[in-house]
Amino acid sequence: MKVRARDANQVWQEEFEGAPARDDGIETSTISGVSLKPLYTREDLPRRDEEFPGQFPYTRGIHPSGYRGRLWTMRQFSGFATAEETNRRYKYLLANGQTGLSVAFDMPTLMGQDSDAPTSRGEVGHCGVAIDSLADMETLFAGIPLGDITTSMTINSPAAILLCMYIAVAEKQGVPADKLGGTLQNDILKEFIAQKEFIFPPAPSMRLVVDSIEYCAKEVPKWNTISISGYHIREAGSTAAQELAFTLADGMAYVDACLERGMHIDDFASRLSFFFDAHIDFFEEIAKFRAARRIWARWMRERYGAQQERSWKLRFHTQTAGVSLTAQQPELNIARTAIEALAAVLGGTQSLHTNAMDEVLALPTDKAARLALRTQQLIAYETGVANTLDPLGGSYFIESLTDEMERQAEAYFKRIDEIGGVIPAIESGFFQKEIADAAFRYQKELEEKSRLVVGVNEFINDEADESIEILRIDPLLESQQSERVREVRRKRDQAMCANALQSLRKAAAGTDNLMPHILEAVRAYATEGEIMQAMIEVFGTYTETAVV
Amino acid sequence: MPSTAVRPVRIVVAKVGLDGHDRGVKVVARALRDAGYEVIYTGLRQTPEMVVDAALQEDAQVIGLSIHSGAHMTLFPAVIAELKRREATDIILFGGGIIPDDDITALKKKGVEQIFTPGTPLQEIVDWLRKRLPESAV
Amino acid sequence: MGWSWWSATTSPYASWASNDLTSDSDLLARFRAGDVRALARAISLIERRDPAIREIEESLRDSGRAPGVAGFTGAPGTGKSTLVDAVVALLRKKEESVAVLATDPNSPFTGGAILGDRIRMQRHALDPKVFIRSMGARGHLGGLSLAAREAIRLLGAFGFDEVILETVGVGQSELEVATVADTTVVVLTPNLGDSVQMIKAGILEIADVFAVNKSDIEGHARVVTELRTMLNMGPKSDWKPPIIPTIATKQEGIEQVWEAVVAHRRHLESSGRAKELGEKRLRDETAEVAAELARRRARRALDEDPQLAERLLRDGTPYRTAEEILSRTDNELNDER
Repeated sequence: MKVRARDANQVWQEEFEGAPARDDGIETSTISGVSLKPLYTREDLPRRDEEFPGQFPYTRGIHPSGYRGRLWTMRQFSGFATAEETNRRYKYLLANGQTGLSVAFDMPTLMGQDSDAPTSRGEVGHCGVAIDSLADMETLFAGIPLGDITTSMTINSPAAILLCMYIAVAEKQGVPADKLGGTLQNDILKEFIAQKEFIFPPAPSMRLVVDSIEYCAKEVPKWNTISISGYHIREAGSTAAQELAFTLADGMAYVDACLERGMHIDDFASRLSFFFDAHIDFFEEIAKFRAARRIWARWMRERYGAQQERSWKLRFHTQTAGVSLTAQQPELNIARTAIEALAAVLGGTQSLHTNAMDEVLALPTDKAARLALRTQQLIAYETGVANTLDPLGGSYFIESLTDEMERQAEAYFKRIDEIGGVIPAIESGFFQKEIADAAFRYQKELEEKSRLVVGVNEFINDEADESIEILRIDPLLESQQSERVREVRRKRDQAMCANALQSLRKAAAGTDNLMPHILEAVRAYATEGEIMQAMIEVFGTYTETAVV
Repeated sequence: MPSTAVRPVRIVVAKVGLDGHDRGVKVVARALRDAGYEVIYTGLRQTPEMVVDAALQEDAQVIGLSIHSGAHMTLFPAVIAELKRREATDIILFGGGIIPDDDITALKKKGVEQIFTPGTPLQEIVDWLRKRLPESAV
Repeated sequence: MGWSWWSATTSPYASWASNDLTSDSDLLARFRAGDVRALARAISLIERRDPAIREIEESLRDSGRAPGVAGFTGAPGTGKSTLVDAVVALLRKKEESVAVLATDPNSPFTGGAILGDRIRMQRHALDPKVFIRSMGARGHLGGLSLAAREAIRLLGAFGFDEVILETVGVGQSELEVATVADTTVVVLTPNLGDSVQMIKAGILEIADVFAVNKSDIEGHARVVTELRTMLNMGPKSDWKPPIIPTIATKQEGIEQVWEAVVAHRRHLESSGRAKELGEKRLRDETAEVAAELARRRARRALDEDPQLAERLLRDGTPYRTAEEILSRTDNELNDER
């Protein structure tokens, strides 16, 4: 048998080499530059025990029942300009059976500044909702019983403040914190690495993250305190292996920081979740997701000594790649997104956001957003791919590529270790350089047309694209929101607010957990900008090393 | 080699607005460097005042701005107003980012010389600059 | 035609008609009136070796005074720009005006460069008493130190009290730039394994002050001890470089660094070293200018005299050809122009 197989392989090899090859100059490596063989055979299959879903190291999935037990959650992220408008939208969604809300904030809110700050001009309400103080948060969730829903908040540097606002709104509704469920992105490391929405230097930033994890473990136990994100790393131009490695390295840095605080691994590990990109290179993405689970499980069990099985399981949300969408022939984005979503599903994601075809231009229109959701439903119910667990498991190619992803990630862990860890690597610009190099290499390949993007550098439509309807934000909104925050500042109990901010400053200079102090300031209607400023006075701000 | 390599056009490249998406701006900065320009990268979240001040101190002939947050209709005109105030309208202003066609037309009327949207080949940007500053060619 | 040996390329400013700085006298008048843009343009002329600068320099010779020049040098990642930023803030508190020259090695193949040190100082961008200028090496490092020296003179004439010269201290040639400063602060950190490299690169010889930055991280004490040992083993000198722990991101140790710079300055004065250094610099600068002139002359000769170039290729004798170029008479040189 064995001999005959080898013979057939040899025959194939000779025939392959003898056959004429395509000479269009198109790269045959993955989009990340991983070189691929033209054919994978049994010889490429790694030698290891057979793996099963729901069993360590979870390469094939964290649930023994996979999507047979439960489909992935279709979670579409959305944001509107004002708290009122968003509130109306939420009520509509809830009335139609949705149980989870997702909040997108505008840039000033994400950067911890109020709507009337000079640097907020032109940005208020543009990419999400503007929240300046508890008053806005009360409007956002007016009439929505926070005990009955879960909310995902995509925010990082000021994450602790927004979480406190949420807790304070719940208090006013009479809902105790231990009944609250939801997710906070709260992943500051990837901000330094890729998305660049940092404010404080790394050390105090990490302290705030650990403060919120520690506080929630006691007070808000059902809250997912952090969503460790590779999405933004990938969107910044990284390779798949970099996304994988840097994200998991960030995850380990958070674990280290919590352990240093004196927490026990099994008390918080299961509340860590991940967020990955699903890019267009189909098989590479599937291999990346599979490798992520395996690496995390090994590190959690073997290096960190987690005892509970739930601590070993990497759960993740996926979003299709915004960066792969094109403004040219935007309808093609529906096809791209479908393929990416399929990779996420075959990779075993727990939840998924599919991008709308017009997202590259502006906030999606209703129709585009609906089509994006329908794409997921199509994959779930028409294609049959959810019927079999890890259907690509055992594929010569997928298993080999999964190992390759793991190998590349481990090599990166080693380099990061040599630099002294994630934060020194950030400070010396290591990640930023690696990502910028990868982005530049890819751009060069597009220029040389050794990689093609349909409609962009090849297969270009001669006639102009039909212009897409674009959602515009009324400029009046900025002045109205600015007036609102000024009114909040006028009307509140000034002494109470000043005291709360003073106590926050004092705590920031010491080692107390800052969450109770932030909560106090939030209750006193200190604005987001004021609370950030109080901490900036103690922590300072961060400017990144220029790595171009 | 150095004798033929001196082409001292200086370009201040900055990101205005609050977003931190710097993939595009970095790729463009590298392409400009490779084309022989001296690029002064001033980083993220620059205000119009900071950008113009940097361009004056650095004696830049060109300012290139990147913006992805949607505030372009506020920030580009603010940079132009600041250039006027500092009597530096001879400095060439170009931009890049996710900017709809209608806005591009409006911004060009206001004095932004060129705007490049995502997907623009790097060579197109370099070619445009070469044409715009022919005297700087080697 | 005059000065065309300065540059093989045409000045890009030749066709600039849209502002008032096209003539040297306008530039000079605006420089004297305190126009930042005129200063910036004058520095460009220096960088470009534009002949116009010579007259400007000469007419400004008696303006202002020589500013204090402190150099900060360190490997990338040592936090040197952050430290410089903090020093600028300190000097501004003392109401001194400050100019920063941030120098950066050039990309050697195309003449292009990305200068990014300004990023950390951008918070001072709007302060009219702070001037920040990035300088690339433009192909050869000797040129950078020459340009930095001339720029410093202009900054003094413009009225700046202090000039901070920021350099990347990674190799021997970059260290040359650092020697332009009166006082050189070498920035080290515990975590990058850079200390050994720096010492190898001859950093000990040029350091007047050591700043051990990021002194809140592990390994700090070890670096200080290593340095102290090295210094004790070195030749005895009347100035012992102090070693100052800093945390630039928290503004810690900045006062002490500046005090050390000032102390070193006083030492230079009292020991007579300042005068010595000044004279040595003039000699060095002249030698550099001469080298620069010779280099340009040689390139031009090789570009424009095909017989000479051919002879060089055939014989493969750079020395002899160089001597031949340098021994040509002035008349021949004038023809060359």
